[in-house]
Amino acid sequence: MKDFVYHRPSSLDEATGLLAGAEDAKLLAGGMTLLPTMKQRLAMPSDIIDISGLSGLSGITVTADSVEIGAATKHAAVASSAEVQAVIPALAKLAGGIGDPQVRNRGTMGGSVANSDPAADYPAAVLGLGATIVTDRRSIDADSFFTGLFETALEEDEIITKIVFPIPEAAAYVKFPSPASRYALVGVFVAKTKGGLRVAVTGAGPCAFRATDFETALAKEFSPTALAGVTVPADGLNADIHADAEYRAHLVGVTARRAVAEIANGGAA
Amino acid sequence: MQIALTLNGKEVSAEVRPSLLLSEFLREQLGLTGTHVGCDTSQCGACVVHVDGVSMKSCTMLAVSAAGTAVTTIEGLAQGDVLHPMQQAFHECHGLQCGFCTPGMVMSAIEFAETTPEPTEEKARAWLEGNICRCTGYQNIIDSMLAGAAKMKSTQAGA
Ligand SMILES: Cc1cc2nc3c(=O)[nH]c(=O)nc-3n(C[C@H](O)[C@H](O)[C@H](O)COP(=O)(O)OP(=O)(O)OC[C@H]3O[C@@H](n4cnc5c(N)ncnc54)[C@H](O)[C@@H]3O)c2cc1C
Ligand code: FES
Ligand code: FES
Repeated sequence: MKDFVYHRPSSLDEATGLLAGAEDAKLLAGGMTLLPTMKQRLAMPSDIIDISGLSGLSGITVTADSVEIGAATKHAAVASSAEVQAVIPALAKLAGGIGDPQVRNRGTMGGSVANSDPAADYPAAVLGLGATIVTDRRSIDADSFFTGLFETALEEDEIITKIVFPIPEAAAYVKFPSPASRYALVGVFVAKTKGGLRVAVTGAGPCAFRATDFETALAKEFSPTALAGVTVPADGLNADIHADAEYRAHLVGVTARRAVAEIANGGAA
Repeated sequence: MQIALTLNGKEVSAEVRPSLLLSEFLREQLGLTGTHVGCDTSQCGACVVHVDGVSMKSCTMLAVSAAGTAVTTIEGLAQGDVLHPMQQAFHECHGLQCGFCTPGMVMSAIEFAETTPEPTEEKARAWLEGNICRCTGYQNIIDSMLAGAAKMKSTQAGA
């Protein structure tokens, strides 16, 4: 790994200042993505700004209609939170299915969402629940946040501080994990929200996206059979050694029907 | 950079370069080679240690990030000649063959025992997602984890 200057700021302001001041600075949260990338020299930042211990950036607050999760909150904390389990169990389940226990002990929600890995789990929940991404300078709607492969609406030096998830009437997340990494080959998050039905897909495309045809069909009739014959086009979907685009398109349908069935059967809310 | 941390119960301070991984710090700078490095790509779990009581992959953490924490490695478990109950269980249940994965397995298994109120085979298997073994076929590791968890519970109850 190439050397860098290490900073451990004690406030968000200090972190913002450091990020703006350095030549090619990177935030370090759990490091579960950034450090492997740096080992391969795919990233060679001049400065590392370690925000993993920044107080105020982690923690879970449940209000009457939302769950607010600090950006540096670890996956394990979300998975084991009794409060999250009570109001958005699908989110706790999703967090508990990320990688392995050691990844969950260190990886953070902000790092995952900022990274917009095509196979990451959290983006499906952020988009599926219509969450708001709050940064050091503004609030961004989930619908305009994920813009492409490892691309988001974030500015170079913008820091996610928390993510606000509206509490849905019901939601479910089903993923078809890669047997090796546990990343989502395909994952589908279905939610009945105050703003309507939302179906978000991860793993299949360059970044998380909404399956609007699925949403329309489910708005008419909320049952797995309502999705019979509804598909996402394979065009532009990911293809790799694990699965080609047609197979992923097929999996989106299967996984979505499972998620709908889970809600219809009153499984995960 | 100067860092200070508690390592296996003792205060340690050292000068490290920022890019030094915790695994490299332990093995190369301090000579604690019980922590193994199998993959160095965050997959195998041979490098698992405890940081503030929580299991982490030391190959995917900077030594500087461990400043101010309490780190426990496999070397810090036994009390003199008396093995930790989880080590004892791996010994009794033949939870290892070549032993390469074992330090990480034991460190991971201890957190499993501490955080799982009612351990079952299914829960143990799910917990091992991040620990790979090329030798045993896992069956004896699962047996060790469950036996070790029971031992830890009874040791605690007796203490
Ligand atoms: C073996 C393994 C298996 C995994 N399996 C899965 C899986 O099944 N599903 C899944 O979803 N993920 C998986 N992951 C990824 C894991 O969830 C990571 O924790 C996550 O992608 C990145 O979070 P992090 O906190 O480690 O971020 P880091 O690696 O520290 O940072 C990632 C990127 O985000 C930026 N960043 C971090 N925090 C912020 C912030 N607050 N604001 C703006 N930018 C920020 C960093 O600068 C960096 O560019 C796996 C990882 C490993 C190593
Ligand atoms: S050496 Fe750290 S996970 Fe393999
Ligand atoms: S005992 Fe040889 S790798 Fe596990």
